[in-house]
Amino acid sequence: MSSLQTGWQQLWSIIGKDLRSELRARQVWASMALFSALVLVVFYFAFDLRVENNAAVAPGALWIAFVFASVLGLGRTFAAEQEHGRMDRLLLCPVDRQVIFLAKLTGNLVFLGLVEAVAVPLFAAIYNLPILSGQLLVIVVLGTIGIATMCTLFAAVASTTKAREIMLPLLVFPLLIPVVIGAVRATQSLVAPIANDPLWPGLLVAFDIIFVTLSALFFQYVIED
Amino acid sequence: MNAETLSAPAVPVEVDGRIPVEQAKAVVVTRVRKAYGLRPVLRDVSFEIAMGQCVAVLGPNGAGKTTLLRILATLTRPAQGSVSIAGYDALHEAHTVRRLVGYVGHTPLLYDELTARENLLFFARMYGLPEAATRVDALLARVGMHSRANDRVGTFSRGQAQRVALARGILHDPQVLLLDEPDTGLDEDAITLLHELVAERKAAGQTTLLTTHALERGLLWSDMVVVLINGRISLTGASAEVTLPELRALYAGAGRSGR
Repeated sequence: MSSLQTGWQQLWSIIGKDLRSELRARQVWASMALFSALVLVVFYFAFDLRVENNAAVAPGALWIAFVFASVLGLGRTFAAEQEHGRMDRLLLCPVDRQVIFLAKLTGNLVFLGLVEAVAVPLFAAIYNLPILSGQLLVIVVLGTIGIATMCTLFAAVASTTKAREIMLPLLVFPLLIPVVIGAVRATQSLVAPIANDPLWPGLLVAFDIIFVTLSALFFQYVIED
Repeated sequence: MNAETLSAPAVPVEVDGRIPVEQAKAVVVTRVRKAYGLRPVLRDVSFEIAMGQCVAVLGPNGAGKTTLLRILATLTRPAQGSVSIAGYDALHEAHTVRRLVGYVGHTPLLYDELTARENLLFFARMYGLPEAATRVDALLARVGMHSRANDRVGTFSRGQAQRVALARGILHDPQVLLLDEPDTGLDEDAITLLHELVAERKAAGQTTLLTTHALERGLLWSDMVVVLINGRISLTGASAEVTLPELRALYAGAGRSGR
């Protein structure tokens, strides 16, 4: 079996293991979905959402819900692996650390995708915005890759510290600013198009390529002693 | 009795610039140092182990036994020095070394939410083992856990989980098996099983390093002992030539020095 085939098999095995564990433990997905729904509802009541304000506020509420839910839930990605020093379980295996990163990232994308499958229709309904379209799907996918990448890498960093619950947001929020700006602006341009608006999805694509590459390269140094 | 080479070395023959696994020393540790913060844990530790030997690494709590085994398992990097397993450098050829080494630690290193069979199948895929299901079933039967194969590991007692951990450790038939206090929490049957596994590996020409606080057991099961005190090797030698009072005196000395 070639190393590529082995890596591919290992990648899917780790993803399958994580999804199976999550389906049985139900620790992450359900709480993330509920949390993002609650954020959307709280924002709805907290702001004056008359029709003319919707475009300015609603996209921000949507992405803040995703970012908060991600930091809340994806921190568990490595916290669960690290409990009782059990990250060793994976590190002992002859598996490239990039494969571990990509597997964890893919698993997190699946969890976030499920959260978004609940939150986006809820968002459209609560804020009365008919924006469910292919364009929104592209923006959500691009933004989600950026958020999941940073949360995956820094969840690994935070999991090695004692104060991991507070460390993850401290580490990840500043770095998520570009992706939040890009995602919010791109979503706003769907709600209320602006002439000569910059190509915000382009920023998201650039962010995703740079940070997926860098995170995969640095991941080994984050998780190995 | 303080020789750091634990057996007479055979002269290895290089093939394509590499010593084949069967001719290489099982383990070569050269001037390894490791510190956590300012506290040194291993100080200039050097020894060699030939293929097919069972070596007991003994020492009081905090002597550096676990750190040494973690370095051999490529889980921790030494600050200085080098380690090779079957002729492969543990630092620069870690990926290959991981295929050659099995590790059973204090904790079972299993996934609680998965069943015993799912755990072993997962690790079999990580090692790219062919006919994984057959191998997994055979190992579960070997460690006496076949009847619990489809139960989640989270429902197991510590001893049961440790049996499955043993199966995980030998799943890929490693050249070198590292057992870090594997007898902790095991009942008499499980300890007998562990002893049988160690003896089978020795008969098959495979190497086992184990740490234990049961000094008698360590001497009985092993061919050689390495005693670590305060991160330094205080004694190495054939197990048959080391006595319990000698070991106890070393331990007592470590206690008096207060580390």
